[in-house]
Amino acid sequence: MGAVVAIDSLLDQRRLWKGQQRHVLPASPQPSGHALLDAALPSGGWPDGALTELLIPADGVGELRLLWPALARLSQQEGTIVLVAPPYVPFAPAWQRAGVRLSQLQVIDTPPRDALWAAEQCLRSGACAAVLCWPLHADDRALRRLQVAAESGRCLGFAIRPAKAARNPSPAALRIAIDTDPQQLRVLKCRGGLAPTRPIAFEWQ
Amino acid sequence: MRWVCLLLPQLALDGVLRRQPMPDQPLALIDGPVQRRVLHSVNPAARALGLRAGQSLAAAQAIHAGFTSVAFDAKDAAHWRDLVAAWAYRFSSQVSTQFAHAIVLEIGRSLKLFGPWPRLEAQMREELREMGFRHRLVAAPNPHAARVLANVHDGIGLTDESLLTGLGQIPVERAGLDRETALSLSRMGLRRLSQVFELPRDSITRRFPKTVLPYLDALRGEMTQPLTLYRPPDVFDQRMEFDHEIESSQALLFPLRRLTADLATFLAGRDGGVQRFVLVLEHERCDDSEVTVGLLAPERAAATLFELTRGRLEQARVPAPVRGLRLIASELPPFVPASRDLFDARSQQAMPWPQLRERLRARLGDDAVHGLAIRGDHRPERAWGVEAQAQREAVPPSLPRPGWLLHQPIPLRDHALTVLAGPERIESGWWDGFEVRRDYYLVETSSGQRAWAYCVAGERGPYMLHGWFA
Repeated sequence: MGAVVAIDSLLDQRRLWKGQQRHVLPASPQPSGHALLDAALPSGGWPDGALTELLIPADGVGELRLLWPALARLSQQEGTIVLVAPPYVPFAPAWQRAGVRLSQLQVIDTPPRDALWAAEQCLRSGACAAVLCWPLHADDRALRRLQVAAESGRCLGFAIRPAKAARNPSPAALRIAIDTDPQQLRVLKCRGGLAPTRPIAFEWQ
Repeated sequence: MRWVCLLLPQLALDGVLRRQPMPDQPLALIDGPVQRRVLHSVNPAARALGLRAGQSLAAAQAIHAGFTSVAFDAKDAAHWRDLVAAWAYRFSSQVSTQFAHAIVLEIGRSLKLFGPWPRLEAQMREELREMGFRHRLVAAPNPHAARVLANVHDGIGLTDESLLTGLGQIPVERAGLDRETALSLSRMGLRRLSQVFELPRDSITRRFPKTVLPYLDALRGEMTQPLTLYRPPDVFDQRMEFDHEIESSQALLFPLRRLTADLATFLAGRDGGVQRFVLVLEHERCDDSEVTVGLLAPERAAATLFELTRGRLEQARVPAPVRGLRLIASELPPFVPASRDLFDARSQQAMPWPQLRERLRARLGDDAVHGLAIRGDHRPERAWGVEAQAQREAVPPSLPRPGWLLHQPIPLRDHALTVLAGPERIESGWWDGFEVRRDYYLVETSSGQRAWAYCVAGERGPYMLHGWFA
């Protein structure tokens, strides 16, 4: 037998969770900046050192609006934020308006072939505070690699994927689908607790 | 106690034994011409059977037929000595392999780090035992004295004060003098070095070869002869040959563990890591096959290296039974251990961003990684730029701008557009040949996306999509 592990530590690490009774997890150091979403997530924010999957029906439905508060906070704490092969040009004035310090923002232009590799390197290195990637044809194995890399680099990983990927299971710690009509967020999976059944309002400001 | 001498009396035999899974079986090294093979050295199990070094192979086989015999290779012993030197390089930058069967290293400056001499001695002995080398350890104020003392003693440490007493007790025959000098000294009735030290200097010069007096001075530390220092090579290349063909990968694990442990020892001595190395499998009847092990980050822990190599080896398709194993590591980058700052908010900073950027650029191209900057221009195409270096913080625009900008505007074909805001006229650039006269609108598409679209100033449509409010 290995070392004796306290059950509380397993619960806190979100390796084990109770179905019935809600265990109060230590508050995540990475609040998302959206009060309704934070309230619905078991740790009260983005899972730290883990991969979060955002499922979007089309580009430009609020994925940046959802991430900007956390990215802005991280960049102001001198954390490097890396965009791996973004689908469009990140329009610098808008990012700065959202509070992201441009000096902390790095963009990696790479063909899709190398994008997964680059994302994994960034996640694993521990040099980045947050890594955003857009894996189009990532299978379960690739996502698992990203998840493990995020864990070992203690980094916030975000994989933004088409909504049709929601059907397939995923190793990500948190999966959120963004709906456009009506504007809402659906938490499909969150490690450490039951996913809230009710959608979360997510209106344009 | 500034120098340590590591006497390795059984180097060749140890080198062979450490690749044997069962070193307790009787084993002898064989040397000499084919017609007259003699035993070069024997391990304790063989000695217990009555085998002795110097016996002829035929005589030994008559005594006991069941021992393993391995051909002695002088180069092999030199190779193992280099490995021990690479290991010793961890403790000191001044390591010399100049003396026969021994390694001397300077420890005076290392004692603060590695603790007082008894602790350092215990650590060295433990590590040498793990590596499988029998040894004698002696510390003395100078390398020559340490070497001579190691002939007689094991585990003593002499200081400047006790050096002369310690040296004085050494018998003349074992003082490292050449045979003729030692013989004439003993014929003169001088049995111990202390008596030799008492001889008048000019009579020593007169009676003995020129080298004797400088040697005696060097022993007492009165005259220092510079040593040729060991320099660790930049490539690790080690080979193991098996006396029979190995067919199962399980049987390769033991030699593999030795090879990776030696690599780890070598790397620890260099204070380096390895990111890529090749395992060459040698076959009898076909070309060698290679297993390449590439790592994401430099590593040097023996267990990690072994596990990684084992994983690759088990995956590999090996065409034929293996006769030899060779490990070559030519790229040895500096090793950066995971360090933690006491007050660091982030738990570990395994790799700084510049290093990561270099790695990304190495594979993806020099322009692949860049930062973003704001340019003072109203035209969206020119309002941002690719900047590698940080610049002054520009003032963000007051009007809403989309988070995503398309590289090229494209026609927005949607029959159910809702205009939410606009127009915002952007008219600029008549002076530089890239004139823009556009009315920008914030529109919502039928699928619920919010777009930044424009049409030619003064007209209503057709819309060109230029960005997404994401």
